[in-house]
Amino acid sequence: MTAYLTSLRAIVLREALRFVHQRERFIAALVRPLVWLLVFAAGFRAALGLSIIPPYQTYITYETYIVPGLCGMILLFNGMQSSLSLVYDREMGSMKLLLTSPLPRGWLLFCKLLGSTAISILQVYAFLAIAALFDITMPAPGYVTVLPALIVAGLMLGALGLLLSSLIKQLENFAGVMNFVIFPMFFLSSALYPLWKMAESSELLHDICALNPFTHAVELIRFALYVELNPMALLWTLLATSVFAGAALIGYDPARTRIGRRG
Amino acid sequence: MTGLEAQGLTYSYGAKQALDDVSFSVASGVFCALLGPNGAGKSTLFNLLTRLFVAPDGRITVAGHDLRAAPRAALAELGIVFQQTTLDLDLSVQQNLSYFAALHGLSGRSARQRIDAALDQLDMRERAGEKARALNGGHRRRTEIARALLHDPSVLLLDEPTVGLDAAARASITDYAHALADQGKTILWATHLTDEVRPDDDLIILHRARILGTGTARDIAGDMSLQDRFLLLTGQAA
Repeated sequence: MTAYLTSLRAIVLREALRFVHQRERFIAALVRPLVWLLVFAAGFRAALGLSIIPPYQTYITYETYIVPGLCGMILLFNGMQSSLSLVYDREMGSMKLLLTSPLPRGWLLFCKLLGSTAISILQVYAFLAIAALFDITMPAPGYVTVLPALIVAGLMLGALGLLLSSLIKQLENFAGVMNFVIFPMFFLSSALYPLWKMAESSELLHDICALNPFTHAVELIRFALYVELNPMALLWTLLATSVFAGAALIGYDPARTRIGRRG
Repeated sequence: MTGLEAQGLTYSYGAKQALDDVSFSVASGVFCALLGPNGAGKSTLFNLLTRLFVAPDGRITVAGHDLRAAPRAALAELGIVFQQTTLDLDLSVQQNLSYFAALHGLSGRSARQRIDAALDQLDMRERAGEKARALNGGHRRRTEIARALLHDPSVLLLDEPTVGLDAAARASITDYAHALADQGKTILWATHLTDEVRPDDDLIILHRARILGTGTARDIAGDMSLQDRFLLLTGQAA
């Protein structure tokens, strides 16, 4: 058992060290949601009227509405970023080191996933702290109850990243991920607008949003920030996590994989 | 005892056959060179031996452990130096080795002792704190060899480990690998350079996915130099 914990600690630590070495990445990860929060949301506040929907009990400003979505955005971008770094690792060969360890491959990938999720969550808290400085605050216990929601949502998006990294053959193909995964996932979700608003313009788009696992991740975070549990969102997020993780495991199965093919 | 054995390995990338019924065995404590021109299938063979891929057919055993049936026991006996450097350039030599040790479940004092011993063996102790990025090619290779020996594997695979090194570093690393075989490690050394092979070494010649010959280098060379024999066998003679 200690071998498992030793490897877990080392892999998480390595992810953390790598993150510390990439300060620009941290700043970029913070600036992106802050621009949305402080610029985009300010402009949209007037245009978008929000009614009282759960978990909110009063009228809220648009800035308040999009905070959970932006937390999700940080997790989403980080999941993709870690996927990118997995593809990079593979091209650079260091993935081989991980995959030739005598520990089970599934465990090693899970450690990777946990490491990148932990780093994402640190960034979410940094973002929430800055938002609080601008007077966009949540109920105080919400900052604690959101943690498990962030873990589940982070693992789901990390697992998606892992899956994509097993499918992407080359680093250059990564731009496609931006266009075909990140943007649709983000915009076709409840991150920026409540689903009932979406239904007003298109039933079809509303249905797509309602199926998007990212919507459920965002709703899970939104409710958790208000110390409430959204069981449906939790179920969907867990389900998506297991589907993505299962598919990623198949993608990394040595009998199928192309990893190392270029080396 | 057999250190490393492969039987009937076949692998293809789509229509392109990379390995065709490859079988060989390397006895324990023997330095065996895997000689083949570029594109012969050496790297594919390494990917199979290290379980990065699994061949649909054939069998690999490492120190008696079947790689398919008991992958963890087999991988634990395997030290690997990949062709491409696999060091994390932003980490120090020490950190790179600690990370690897942890991937093999080693931590704390036992890991530190092994790291110190491995670095001592390769004269790299005084560079333990340097970032991998600051090392020259020879020192990076030494670090990788030290790393591959950390968990005391009985079989060491090296995939063209001297690529890009100057003559002195090349000779020193080749000598070191031979010394490891004398100490009882089984060495499989992939190369396309005949001057890295000594007459008493075991030799496997791989060309166009097939094995062209196995035996000691002296026997295979026969009445000509190994270089000439190799070029003759692979049809690349001038």
